Amino acid sequence: MRIGLDIGSTTVKCVVLDEQDRIVFSAYERHYSQITEKTGELLAHVRKQVLSGSTARLAISGSAGIGIAESCGIPFVQEVYATRAAANRLLPGSDVIIELGGEDAKILFLTGGTEVRMNGTCAGGTGAFIDQMATLLNVTPDEMNQLASDYEKIYTIASRCGVFAKSDIQPLLNQGARKNDIAASIFTAVVNQTVAGLAQGRPIEGRVVYLGGPLTFLSQLRASFDKILKTQGVCPENSLYYVALGAAFCCDEETDLDAALEKIRTYSASGSFAFNAPLFRDQGEYDAFLRRHQSCTVPKGSIGDEPVYLGVDAGSTTVKVAVMDSQGALLDSRYLPNSGNPVPIVRQYMEELYQTHPDVRIAASAVTGYGEDIIKAAFDLDYGVVETVAHFTAARHFMPDVEFVIDIGGQDIKCFKIHKGAIDNIFLNEACSSGCGSFLQTFANALGYEIGDFSRLGLFARQPVNLGSRCTVFMNSSVKQAQKDGATIEDISAGLSISVVKNALYKVIRASSPGELGSRIVVQGGTFLNDAVLRAFEQEIGVQVVRPDISGLMGAYGAALYAQSQGRKQSGIITAQRLRAFTHEIKVASCGLCPNNCRLTVNTFDGGRKFIGGNRCERPITKKAADDSRNLYAYKLSLLQEYTRSEGPRGSVGIPMGLNMYELLPFWHTFFTRLGFGVQTSPLSDRKLYLRGQQTIPSDTVCFPAKLMHGHVQSLLDQGLRIIFYPCMTYNFNEGLGDNHYNCPVVAYYPEVIGANMKDAQSITFIKDYVGIHRPKDFPGKMHQVLSRYFDGLTLKEVQSAAKAAYQEYGAYMAKIRARGNEIIDGARREGRPIIVLAGRPYHIDPEINHGIDQLIASFGAAIVSEDVISVRVKKFRTHVLNQWTYHSRLYAAARYIREQRDMNLVQLVSFGCGVDAITTDEVRDILEAAGKIYTQIKIDEISNLGAVKIRLRSLFAAVEAAEKDNPPKEAANG
Amino acid sequence: MAERIYDKTGRLLFTREMKREYTILFPMMAPIHFNILGSVLNHFGYHAELLTGTGPEIAQTGLKYVHNDTCYPAILTIGQMVNALQSGRYDLNRVALMITQTGGGCRASNYIFLLRKALKKAGLEQVPVISLNLSGMEKNPGFRVTIPMIIRFAAALVYGDALMLLHNQTKPYEAVPGSSQALVDRWSERLINRLNQGKDCFLKDIQQVLSEMVADFDQVEVHMVPKVKVGIVGEIYVKYAALGNNNLEAFLESQDCEVNVPGMLAFILFKVDNRLEDIKLYGGSGVKYGIISLLMNYLVKVEGTLIDAVKKAPRFVPPSSYAHIKSLVKGVIGYGDKMGEGWLLTAEMLELTESGYGNIVCTQPFGCLPNHICGKGMIRRIKEIDDRANIVAIDYDAGATRVNQENRIKLMLSIARESLPPQLDWTEQPPEGSARAKGKTSRALPSSSRQGD
Repeated sequence: MRIGLDIGSTTVKCVVLDEQDRIVFSAYERHYSQITEKTGELLAHVRKQVLSGSTARLAISGSAGIGIAESCGIPFVQEVYATRAAANRLLPGSDVIIELGGEDAKILFLTGGTEVRMNGTCAGGTGAFIDQMATLLNVTPDEMNQLASDYEKIYTIASRCGVFAKSDIQPLLNQGARKNDIAASIFTAVVNQTVAGLAQGRPIEGRVVYLGGPLTFLSQLRASFDKILKTQGVCPENSLYYVALGAAFCCDEETDLDAALEKIRTYSASGSFAFNAPLFRDQGEYDAFLRRHQSCTVPKGSIGDEPVYLGVDAGSTTVKVAVMDSQGALLDSRYLPNSGNPVPIVRQYMEELYQTHPDVRIAASAVTGYGEDIIKAAFDLDYGVVETVAHFTAARHFMPDVEFVIDIGGQDIKCFKIHKGAIDNIFLNEACSSGCGSFLQTFANALGYEIGDFSRLGLFARQPVNLGSRCTVFMNSSVKQAQKDGATIEDISAGLSISVVKNALYKVIRASSPGELGSRIVVQGGTFLNDAVLRAFEQEIGVQVVRPDISGLMGAYGAALYAQSQGRKQSGIITAQRLRAFTHEIKVASCGLCPNNCRLTVNTFDGGRKFIGGNRCERPITKKAADDSRNLYAYKLSLLQEYTRSEGPRGSVGIPMGLNMYELLPFWHTFFTRLGFGVQTSPLSDRKLYLRGQQTIPSDTVCFPAKLMHGHVQSLLDQGLRIIFYPCMTYNFNEGLGDNHYNCPVVAYYPEVIGANMKDAQSITFIKDYVGIHRPKDFPGKMHQVLSRYFDGLTLKEVQSAAKAAYQEYGAYMAKIRARGNEIIDGARREGRPIIVLAGRPYHIDPEINHGIDQLIASFGAAIVSEDVISVRVKKFRTHVLNQWTYHSRLYAAARYIREQRDMNLVQLVSFGCGVDAITTDEVRDILEAAGKIYTQIKIDEISNLGAVKIRLRSLFAAVEAAEKDNPPKEAANG
Repeated sequence: MAERIYDKTGRLLFTREMKREYTILFPMMAPIHFNILGSVLNHFGYHAELLTGTGPEIAQTGLKYVHNDTCYPAILTIGQMVNALQSGRYDLNRVALMITQTGGGCRASNYIFLLRKALKKAGLEQVPVISLNLSGMEKNPGFRVTIPMIIRFAAALVYGDALMLLHNQTKPYEAVPGSSQALVDRWSERLINRLNQGKDCFLKDIQQVLSEMVADFDQVEVHMVPKVKVGIVGEIYVKYAALGNNNLEAFLESQDCEVNVPGMLAFILFKVDNRLEDIKLYGGSGVKYGIISLLMNYLVKVEGTLIDAVKKAPRFVPPSSYAHIKSLVKGVIGYGDKMGEGWLLTAEMLELTESGYGNIVCTQPFGCLPNHICGKGMIRRIKEIDDRANIVAIDYDAGATRVNQENRIKLMLSIARESLPPQLDWTEQPPEGSARAKGKTSRALPSSSRQGD
């Protein structure tokens, strides 16, 4: 008999084969991280019920099986290897195997050069990811599968990792998108992630086989794979057990099962995991802690004849409502899960309110949170208020001299510093580390606990696991490791609470000492209701903080306070009568007014009132084209369009429009046109273009602008171009602002990646040579040498003259941009408009990369210029970093310049995965903060949701406004 | 006590007084090399001390003081230095730090600035930081890189490379466990003593020392059994530092592998050669070209002594020459790709495959920019060129777990074992790799008597 055990991240699979390799027993069970126990149980069962003797050939496989196999001396077979062994035997003739597990995704290429691929450390789990998404939709994975079978539209959901996808899905839910469409979109995202992350340049063709839990159970997931791969894959019998079967096939050693069982029973893990100090040493310490925190309370009352103020916080996972009187006493409140759609929940609350208090006099109402817009539209609330302002208003109520507010909610962390009574500095978690509160929840559920019980487990843990301060996906595997090393469930619970805190402190706020946060700190948000998290926070920063007893309600309470402060007497909120006639319909439509083609969710309420969500600009609502007259990003983009297709006797040169080409197109266009070549560029990026190239991306963690390059080159190839010019450039122009003038490694050398990974580029003239435009004197000669390798009959003289024209054109192009930028600045100053320096890289003007953030800023009435307009106004100065990249020198110079400009603020766009920006962001922040300026950073990726971006920008504008109020400009004061 | 003097940009200088009074701490990377390198500094009157801390608190300290998205080596080296300063072991008014600075286009050239930022955050601004570089960046009155120093560094590096190579090729087969490590220790001690005295640093001495060293290792009693041969390449820090790569070499050893880690001298040659390539590609001063060529030629000679010495003992696989490694990537990746490990990384993977170490772990810090290109970006090409390449790319950072990394490596090893001969029969079958190895000596046969001993 042979036994194969597959111990995965979430399940244990076991098969027993007889001498003819027939399956005589199989089992598939969730282990809830009780790996040793479950394995022991299963084996004991097999020993007793299935086997005849006491020995069998036994092998263990699976990502969670390494530890137990090694410690117990049982042969281990790597799981991908096991899959291959099983497939070779059971499915001869297969070409590609796609296997999704609890946390792993694998592709095996069996024919034409065997290759096996597993997801890297960045790509989150796929099974676990689907579970998480199902939780978010409040359905089971099976129900999600059902939902997906009846979809109409596919939304773009970032396929990098679960956390990203989550922040795409949440706004869709809040905007009322159909769950059917979201479910189908999630599956599509999984497919894209698998293909983009694992195919790495190899086409998935031929006979495709689907294995593993998710692909076995979810027919719609298979359908999504079929659709995208344009194939008809098969899911064979026993598709769950291929790893276990492979392990069974691979083992040759007879193992004494009784001895093995005994070893597993006594398998005591090494216990050598890193751990923190306990949260509480004993009950006494905990009691004192509780007493201290119970002292910060809000007075309570009940609804009577007096006017009341209503605040709603439609958050990402919960809806909070607070009703208070004019003294701030809390009269009524709710804290409800939003199940993906806040409208019915608020409606139900309003109905209850009117039913129990028919005479309630609502003087004013306000709403905040992710669902602000839709709730305000649906129920005619008086005010919408940005979350940060709502939370600050509430915190100030409890501690008038508060210096720092930190709010950890279900999905996001919001923190801000208060300086002179105004929000001075805002920290929001970037999309990559969000989900802290809901992560605790998902984890608790995965381990079979309720969140409350789970976190209480950790209070007295003796050795809270040190899980570090990383994105949640990493924590998943850290937890696995800790369990392997013998951490108890208590230790893990406490460790997770501590890591939530560390994430907030070191990843979001980036604090290194308690002094940085000040001593007057208010903590709030649902996650801080959790005593373990609160304690961990106090321990980590060494300061006693204030947690109001309505910690989870602060947004709603702050909204109510805000409503009150506006001085209204009678709220326009929906009346009891109108509420009875309330209806809500959701339709999905494509905007179609511009190439972005946003997927809109059109919410229609009773009486034909409408609310449109999903739009990036005001066009679908106002039907007017966006006003680009004060937007330099739009100007740059239109200017580049002028370098259109040209014809020439020497043939057409294709130029992929990405990365540095966004700035160098005028240079190369002129250069080649003058040489007698025609020039053809790839079109503006869009999603389709990206997907066309994604199969050839070798590194899934490179930045999105680089990934887009594959699509651009592919589109040039599709257009039939026989020459593509995309040179390597170690150096950029020297603008005299830094100590050197490099490009970043990716910009500099990405042509090498294209050349090595895009097969079709190898069959045409793909020019990726190293060129040095930074040495205008040497350039023509060197370029002549390069081009002579590919073309006959080019003279040095021709190249010299073309180069001269190219340098001139580049100069003229930059001058035009700067002139237009200066006009925009001057115009804004005349009109008294705020000016936003939207700082990034030249390629950030690509709408597929910036997701229309420039237009969003314009919709606030601000003027937009880019960093290169003002960087020339500054002389070289000393930075605290090595200032040696041309693009980055501009950032520092721009930041330096606006220190003196009270009507200018800087917003920095940062591409996810940009390693160099880890350095620039800190330095730009330091330069700005040294002069009391607010620093705003926006991380962008494939992600297309602008919700968090909006919060940041609105908070920035609110803070700027507050500062103006406190300290009006001199001209105004004099006049 | 030494007075603190600042230059006009406000940088705290390392003064001549400090040279006398201060201990200079420098972070660990490759243990064999760095132990020896320290003695060169001591010979010139500095009091250098290599930091050897390895606990989890190092990453924790780094994460606290360095931007978390910065590459892992920065977090670890800075964490190691700040941690040492905070340990109470040093008089904070009599200690300086030293870190290398390449000035390349990779963000790694920013470590020194990140270190200063971290010191500021930690309230340790009084500690001067010395930049060790060959480009004339950040001059200090109390620290100068001189030609005699460069000559001695080159010697230390070649000794380090030799010891590492001999150790790696002996240890998996040694009959008496620990015998090759003992040799490494004995040789390290001897070399440290000699270099402290400024001896054994010229070409002639190096030749002599290396041939003795090779002979010593050749005497170690071995049992040649088939082992999976694994090459390690990657970003220089995580390639060499056990702290950075979760003890990769020890793990591979536990999986019964022979490990080949290409030497550090090639990296230095690459960095020097880059300056020549820059001039070739983009133009530049002929005088500069001439001066750099002198250094280049010297280093090539140093490398030659190592290759010659190792060739004398047929049991060992000698390293390929820099020129040969460079020739392997012609038409694969441009010589202009110089940031980080640049084309050298691609070349090393090809060279390892050619010399029978086609099972390769390509290591990089999570999000390493140059490796998107010359590491992960080239794996497909390498396999097209030589299908014996069996490469796994592993990312390292504070959050990545060992289980995941080891699991992926195990997959690579499982495939490697498929082509492992059941028995090592040296007399009939040439070792894998030598058939295609062009232009270099194929591995010769060890005498059977030695195996039987």
